[in-house]
Amino acid sequence: MVFGGILAGGIGSRMNMADMPKQFLNLGDKPMVIHTLEKFLLCPKIEQIYIGVHPNWVVHMEDLVDKYIHIRKECVHIVSGGGDRNATIMNIVDAVERDYGESEEHYIITHDSVRPFVTSRIINDNIDAVLSHNICDTVIAATDTIVVSEDGNMIADIPVRSKMYQGQTPQSFQVNLLKRLYEALGEEEKAVLTDACKIAVVQNEPVYLVKGEPSNLKITTVSDYKVAQAMVGGKVVD
Amino acid sequence: MINYVYQLVAPGTFSVKYEEAQFGDQVIIKPRYMSICHADQRYYTGQRERSILDRKLPMALIHECCGEVLFDPAGKLKSGEEVVLIPNVPGEHSDIILENYAKGSGFLSSGRDGFLREFISLPKDRLVRHDGIPQKLASITEFVSVAAHSIRRFDSISHGIRNRIGVWGDGSLSFIVANLLKQAYPGSEVIVIGKNPGKLSYFTFADGTVLREELPASFEIDHAFECCGGDGSYYAIEDIIKHINPQGTVMLMGVSENRVAVNTRDVLEKGLAVIGSSRSGRADFEQAVSWMKNERFQRRLDMIIFEDEKVSSVEDIHRVFRMDRNTPFKTVFEWGL
Repeated sequence: MVFGGILAGGIGSRMNMADMPKQFLNLGDKPMVIHTLEKFLLCPKIEQIYIGVHPNWVVHMEDLVDKYIHIRKECVHIVSGGGDRNATIMNIVDAVERDYGESEEHYIITHDSVRPFVTSRIINDNIDAVLSHNICDTVIAATDTIVVSEDGNMIADIPVRSKMYQGQTPQSFQVNLLKRLYEALGEEEKAVLTDACKIAVVQNEPVYLVKGEPSNLKITTVSDYKVAQAMVGGKVVD
Repeated sequence: MINYVYQLVAPGTFSVKYEEAQFGDQVIIKPRYMSICHADQRYYTGQRERSILDRKLPMALIHECCGEVLFDPAGKLKSGEEVVLIPNVPGEHSDIILENYAKGSGFLSSGRDGFLREFISLPKDRLVRHDGIPQKLASITEFVSVAAHSIRRFDSISHGIRNRIGVWGDGSLSFIVANLLKQAYPGSEVIVIGKNPGKLSYFTFADGTVLREELPASFEIDHAFECCGGDGSYYAIEDIIKHINPQGTVMLMGVSENRVAVNTRDVLEKGLAVIGSSRSGRADFEQAVSWMKNERFQRRLDMIIFEDEKVSSVEDIHRVFRMDRNTPFKTVFEWGL
């Protein structure tokens, strides 16, 4: 089975606007997380969708699903998120296995709730790639030159731009492989490795690249939010 | 859900409109296969008048499309059902005036967004199931329905002497019109008149093909279908009026950007019925689907369809439009956006 895992565990500390986590802010007429969830629900290959939400916001998320979701509502499951991104993914994996058992044929398409501009093409390409390569990451070619600095003051390196990509989501995994890779990490590594694909990369597990879109932006800051609102012709609420 | 709408903003230039789509009472469809029409190409290449481009763009092109039902709020259509999409937006209802001519009616890809979109929502009556017809072929159902519509009107208007019917044009439209005429009137002789011997050689099912320049003075037909459009309309209409028998019916189907001079003296003298036929309605789509279930007809349609690579980016949309200019008949493609 192919599962969707929408990561909505953030508490909005970076947005610095109101107290509401950014994934619950309206983009146009609906909360961002709902736009993201609807895109996943309109992908027939994704059979069940799990949303990882901070424990304090689980009830709010349930209310939003009740209010806004009109299709395949029975396929939506809300899971309490963990302390960080990967812990939230693992909570979702636990919930998947609780509901559908363990299987080598389980795959999960994980996605940031604050990337509501994801396209069905990107989601489908992730499904195709994970089914044939077991792990994939969505990226776009870097347009800016990437500069490496160890201390934040001086340049340590300027890698060749044509080899640089910017990571987006979805990131997709064969569930059992993801579990094995995560369990092989020590507690310290778990705390440092905030990117799920990096868990694979540091253990020399190949990760396939899927082409993203510049429009699949992550809405993290106030200016991102203003850009996103302008894209859909919505009102900006500061 | 934020829907991607791939709009033509100026000839040769696409831009994405991010549209906040509402889940209302309409059916949500994922487009699967599309086909390019000359009308799309005229917008893409900027052949329409500047004032028309200014008025209609930005706009998503393409009105020939089939897709998969994702969700029907009324539960009448099942998820996964394959359907053809009807681009007509009905206007004033009338028991006499057909839906594609009714006042207030509209057309997707003419002043309103066509089907170049990530997802499409339409009322259920704008969808026709096409089970049994491969998607590649189903994508041109709208085109077939236009031919079906002209034959339906012809049938109700023309007199019953139909020994010989002439079809002017050697393109996709005349290929389908001539094909359907053979199916609708097996006892009639269907003669195709064209300019390009290579293209005419595809019309093996017709009772005869003639190069326009070689039309004998003695050539006679009872009725005619004009499927040329553009500058060819003038010459085709001129020929038709010359060779048609008295009280024949002339079905005009080709679109021309310029006004076309008509020899009205002979139209009057012969008592001809000149009928404009454009677009189609639900009944014609249903008729087209019914005809397209015939495997023999499917194999014939396959001959005039060029399937380009799947479209997975805006660059790919440009590619299929460029490709279409170099293919003799219809260009179709899988929609992967």
